[in-house]
Amino acid sequence: MATTKSKQIISALYDDDDVLLKGIKDVRDKGFNVDEVYSPFPIHGLDPVMGLKRTRIAIAAFLYGVLGLTTAIAMTYGMLIVDWPMNIGGKPSFTWGENMPAFVPIMFELTVFFAAHLMVWTYFAKNGLYPGRKAQNPDPRTTDDKFLMEVDLGRGDKEELMTLLRDSGAIEISENSK
Amino acid sequence: MHYEAPIREPLINGDKSYHDITVDVARPVETKAPRMWWIVFSLALIAFLWGIGCILYTIGVGIGTWGLNKTVGWAWDITNFVWWVGIGHAGTLISAVLLLFRQKWRMSINRSAEAMTIFSVIQAALFPGIHMGRIWLAYFVFPIPNQFGSLWVNFNSPLLWDVFAISTYFSVSVVFWYVGLIPDFAMIRDRAVRPVTKHIYKILSFGWGGKAKHWQRFEEVSLVLAGLATPLVLSVHTIVSMDFATSVIPGWHTTIFPPYFVAGAIFSGFAMVNTLLIIVRKVFKMEDYITVGHIEMMNIIIMLTGSIVGVAYITELFIAWYSGVEYEQYAFLNRATGPYWWAYWSMMTCNVFSPQFMWFKKLRTSLMFSFFISIIVNIGMWFERFVIIVTSLHRDYLPSSWSMFSPTFVDIGIFVGTIGFFFVLFLLYARTFPVIAQAELKTILKSSGENYKKLHEKDGHH
Repeated sequence: MATTKSKQIISALYDDDDVLLKGIKDVRDKGFNVDEVYSPFPIHGLDPVMGLKRTRIAIAAFLYGVLGLTTAIAMTYGMLIVDWPMNIGGKPSFTWGENMPAFVPIMFELTVFFAAHLMVWTYFAKNGLYPGRKAQNPDPRTTDDKFLMEVDLGRGDKEELMTLLRDSGAIEISENSK
Repeated sequence: MHYEAPIREPLINGDKSYHDITVDVARPVETKAPRMWWIVFSLALIAFLWGIGCILYTIGVGIGTWGLNKTVGWAWDITNFVWWVGIGHAGTLISAVLLLFRQKWRMSINRSAEAMTIFSVIQAALFPGIHMGRIWLAYFVFPIPNQFGSLWVNFNSPLLWDVFAISTYFSVSVVFWYVGLIPDFAMIRDRAVRPVTKHIYKILSFGWGGKAKHWQRFEEVSLVLAGLATPLVLSVHTIVSMDFATSVIPGWHTTIFPPYFVAGAIFSGFAMVNTLLIIVRKVFKMEDYITVGHIEMMNIIIMLTGSIVGVAYITELFIAWYSGVEYEQYAFLNRATGPYWWAYWSMMTCNVFSPQFMWFKKLRTSLMFSFFISIIVNIGMWFERFVIIVTSLHRDYLPSSWSMFSPTFVDIGIFVGTIGFFFVLFLLYARTFPVIAQAELKTILKSSGENYKKLHEKDGHH
């Protein structure tokens, strides 16, 4: 949503993940809103500190798997039992259940296929990742060894936040608007 | 604050920082290839081109250019197919199973192991194509609606299961690998100086920025993919083994094949990872990340899976004797004492005895010895597939159908071509892709880095 008022963002750069974690905690304790954190690797324990909700992508993957299984059952039933119920090597083609053991490999593979691929597409879509997109991190050092925290100033006191960030061990502080 | 048992050896040696990892991983991508690389690459390319020639010759002239006959309809083609698929399995094992078991030592080897998987599955996938008599009709294996009244495929055939298994396995492995590569491509993009390089890695890295929510989803996706890839890897080689196990041929019709083929796949796959990584760590000076400890862990897995394969061999022999079926008994007698005795005994020597050397710490921590054994294992595992396929086919129910098999230069040429193609791909990968998953490795620096471990020791909190 486009807002008429621009947000004021204070960015603080850190060179250690443990210092960063403490910094986030301090800033949030004082009532400031941590907008985003950019890091070169997944920091364990970041989600609870930032207050991120758990991702539901695994649930999506489960549903995609169910879809794959359904596809496999529909395909084997439709093609081998309904459309051409033939005798191939004496295999019973009267009902789907009788021939089911031979369909298990297909059912399994399609479940995995649908779950894996559709989950990854969902992941790309939710994260806004696609070939050739402009880098989402504002500072190229954050894919190497630096950690960047963006705090939304909101109605808070700028001086208080600056002192807070400086005391928490930030090595660089800058302000920009979004 | 931090606890790791002091008994654990460091996984990253030397006084490393996050930045050192970045620099070390990016170095092969950012520097020019040495002359040795060009020499090896040229050799691999020549082998590959020779293989393409043999493939085109086969397709143009016919399968009769191979050494197959009316009795032995499968030999080098399917041997090589199963061999390459088997090699591919270690990559998924390392990235998926070891992730589920939270094995931190996987982190510096998983990228190359996955690359090996993908490149060897490509080689494997060539064979089901080119061993067809009419490859131009290969699209008929897919259940596509068509103008023949919609004539479908038969879902009862393990060869069709193979199509689904291999294509699922390949595509899921590629996606799993690529999701992990994105943060590393972003690292190279952000360091790139030349505009062309920057642009290429900008495309490859999909705009990755390392946001908190993205990392959270990244870890969940990796975990779910690992959870999906683990049964997948077991199912793929199971399905490949069913090409034989569901037949009525004595020596093939066995219920032990699915787990036994999977164990053999892990066995040969880890051997191939060892072969490649012992060279990679030396050439790229990555000894601090791929340590002797890593090689030792892989040797232990080779020892374990080699022993499982050994148990399977003995089980097969016992059951053949116990069954009272003379066809089955003859199949095994023929393996041990028939005209292919040399293949059987090479297989036994390489697969049953060589992994047992790994019980000795001195041997399993020796790089030279590990390299040697890793080659031996792959020779043995090639013979295993050859023995299973050829010795069961060339003599079965009707003695009037007994025959022999010997390969022609085309059989051999195609196999050599796939080895060349594999190395062409791997050598290109090694110079353009980050060969170590640096983003993952950075997460364990503070818990398993040598310098940090010493620091924790000194401060008294492990």
